[in-house]
Amino acid sequence: MATDTAIEVVMPQMGVSVSEGTITKWLKQEGEEVAADEPLLEISTDKVDTEVPSPGTGTVQQILVQEGETVDVGTKLAVIGSGAAAPAAEEAPPDPATQPAADASAAAAEAETDMPTPQAPPAEPPTPAAPAPSADGGREANGDGPSFVSPVVARIASEHGVDPGHVPGTGRGGRVTKKDILSFIESGAPARTPAPEAPTEAPAPAQPAPAAPAPAPAAQAPPTPTPAPAPAPVEAGAGEQVEAMNAMRRGIAEHMRRSLDTAAHVTSAIEVDLSRVVAIREKLKPEFQKSYGVNPTYLIFVARAVAETLRDYPWINGEIRDDRIVTRNYVNLGFAVELAEGKGLIVPVVKSAESLNLLGMARAVTDIAERARNKQLTPDEVQGGTFTITNPGGYGTFHGTPIISQPQSAILGTYALVKRPWVVQDEHGKDVIAIRPIMNITLTYDHRLVDGALAGRFLQSLRQKLESWGETEY
Amino acid sequence: MAEKTYLQAISDGLRQEMRRDKRVFVIGEDVGVYGGAFKVTLGFQEEFGPWRVIDSPLSETAIVGGCTGAAIMGMRPVAEMQFADFISCAWDQLVTVSAKQRYRAGTPVPIVVRLPSGGGFSGGPFHSQNPESSFAHIPGLKCVCPATPEDAKGLLVSAIEDPNPVLYFEHKHLYRRIKAEVPDERYTTPIGKARIHRGGDDVSVITWGAMVYTADEAAQQLENDGVSVEIVDLRTVLPWDKAAVLESARKTSKVLVLHEDTHTGGFGAEIAATIAEEAFEDLDAPIKRVTAPDTPVPFSPPLEKAFIPQVDDVVAGLRDLAEY
Repeated sequence: MATDTAIEVVMPQMGVSVSEGTITKWLKQEGEEVAADEPLLEISTDKVDTEVPSPGTGTVQQILVQEGETVDVGTKLAVIGSGAAAPAAEEAPPDPATQPAADASAAAAEAETDMPTPQAPPAEPPTPAAPAPSADGGREANGDGPSFVSPVVARIASEHGVDPGHVPGTGRGGRVTKKDILSFIESGAPARTPAPEAPTEAPAPAQPAPAAPAPAPAAQAPPTPTPAPAPAPVEAGAGEQVEAMNAMRRGIAEHMRRSLDTAAHVTSAIEVDLSRVVAIREKLKPEFQKSYGVNPTYLIFVARAVAETLRDYPWINGEIRDDRIVTRNYVNLGFAVELAEGKGLIVPVVKSAESLNLLGMARAVTDIAERARNKQLTPDEVQGGTFTITNPGGYGTFHGTPIISQPQSAILGTYALVKRPWVVQDEHGKDVIAIRPIMNITLTYDHRLVDGALAGRFLQSLRQKLESWGETEY
Repeated sequence: MAEKTYLQAISDGLRQEMRRDKRVFVIGEDVGVYGGAFKVTLGFQEEFGPWRVIDSPLSETAIVGGCTGAAIMGMRPVAEMQFADFISCAWDQLVTVSAKQRYRAGTPVPIVVRLPSGGGFSGGPFHSQNPESSFAHIPGLKCVCPATPEDAKGLLVSAIEDPNPVLYFEHKHLYRRIKAEVPDERYTTPIGKARIHRGGDDVSVITWGAMVYTADEAAQQLENDGVSVEIVDLRTVLPWDKAAVLESARKTSKVLVLHEDTHTGGFGAEIAATIAEEAFEDLDAPIKRVTAPDTPVPFSPPLEKAFIPQVDDVVAGLRDLAEY
């Protein structure tokens, strides 16, 4: 019973190369009122998880695509009407009293990184009201149109690392046909699309922290998530559990594999004495927290020093594009952020990080980390990174070999800050052993572009910057 | 080598085998004195005598049952159903006895059942059917469906040689319409091997029997639009040449399965399912089926024309795939 003012809610286009999205949660059920711009549902794409605001005010009359389903961009998801609610046969909205249960497990998520941790993430969806009686499965049966990728096109695209979204389509409704993509590849079109791919980065923490009080993820992903979307259903063996991979996990899997297949990964490590940083941080902390509500974490200092140092090492901040080397006069700094409950990892980007002072960096990083965890990032905020920092040190790890976020050329790992006996010189120039806060920092770089000596010099410069941090330097 | 009709090719092949091998005999309704409803065995009784060209009573059960027994005793019977449609009367003998005898007892049952099948001449519901998919579902049987005179002879020889029951579907509409060169000497056409009737790059048609010619006409029309159509003539429905079909599917990535039999459960469904299972990642369009609708074959000529897939239907299906 659509009223004459029915509004359709469609799967939004979340970035150029995103062609589909998965409904992770309906925040409003059929029959519930919703205001314009009020969050209506949560979706997950291979780039970001985000909330979709309601396009208008009214009653949710019909939900056409259920939670867990993946549909093409533009698919009608729901109908909102200004009139009365949909006809009878409706489930009561879920009882809010059933919600808090799920929150408990999220509590531990705190200690994981230096990053500010937001309050507990939204509870798991209370079992959604049973699918509405609407028989029409929501999705149009015909696969025509530019966003539909046929099996053979998908295979050729992945074999050649081509984004079908960038291939001009001549099929029905602009669909990319097998011939289109083959001639696109034959014509020597760039294998890697110019716009940086989503830096869905998954760096170090391959294993859960050794002895540390177990951080959140109660349900880590199953042991070996193979990247290929196996068409045959996987059967669970005795004692095993099988669950579907969400879009983000698939994206991470694909990206990690592709990065290793693309770059020649080499890791160099360096030990940095952070005595001065520790001292300055102690001084700044109260002021930052009181006046600005942000925490000057060690990561912020490292990020600030990195942005500064990268200006002198354009190749480390650069990329190989086809057979050219691209360098920039800016630094877009990506930060690997783990999502609550081990649900994945995302790399929001602080744009033009070289222009931020310490406070600016602290604010920017706090902001993106928080919004990453609250699923409020926009696709633009996870794209365009030129260098990435990952910080598994919060778990006590002292070394790692992260994977580069393509098409960048390097990724910096920061590890646990540990007090260690350290040989220093006293005022008389004599060697003595002192207790110093030492942080291991790694640079994993693409040896195709970055030579070992260059990486060594970069790390050396970075260390000098951190070890000689002046009180007035921000 | 001489130009022969499809019917002559069958007749000559059969005669050649009977001259060559005394174990081969013919049995059916009116196959002797009358020479068969379609005159395939015309003159056979004169040449081979009434004991090798047997006019049977009007009982398909008796014909197939008798052949099965004779085959077990070492003969090579070739039965004729007057119309393929009547084979339903012999279902039990064929499916329960002949098809399973070798599995149960180890005794080969080298019988051939010739089945004049197909429509196109207003034969109505009892004289026009293409029941090959019903039998393609029966392990122990083989089903061949030649489209050309050359294959008609070669597959008949293979069918007689084969140690299993072979259903030989000969399309009535091809009998006198189709003429082509047929080698004079004895030769076999392998059972289970498809034939590329026409090579092409853009769309594949998988078909057999009379529909090969329908597909060919459609392909010629498409050629004028610059669409290159490959036609795979399956020749044998059971066992069928999966490799050839998959190869063509992988080449063009767009497949149309065409058969004269009705739609639901037709053999095209098996082909489509296999392509989807084994060549999914090579597909650029949904697999399309062009078949007769799920009704009995109508008598009325306009209705029968609407029933049997026509060149225009195939052209429309191919266009749809080409433009997809």
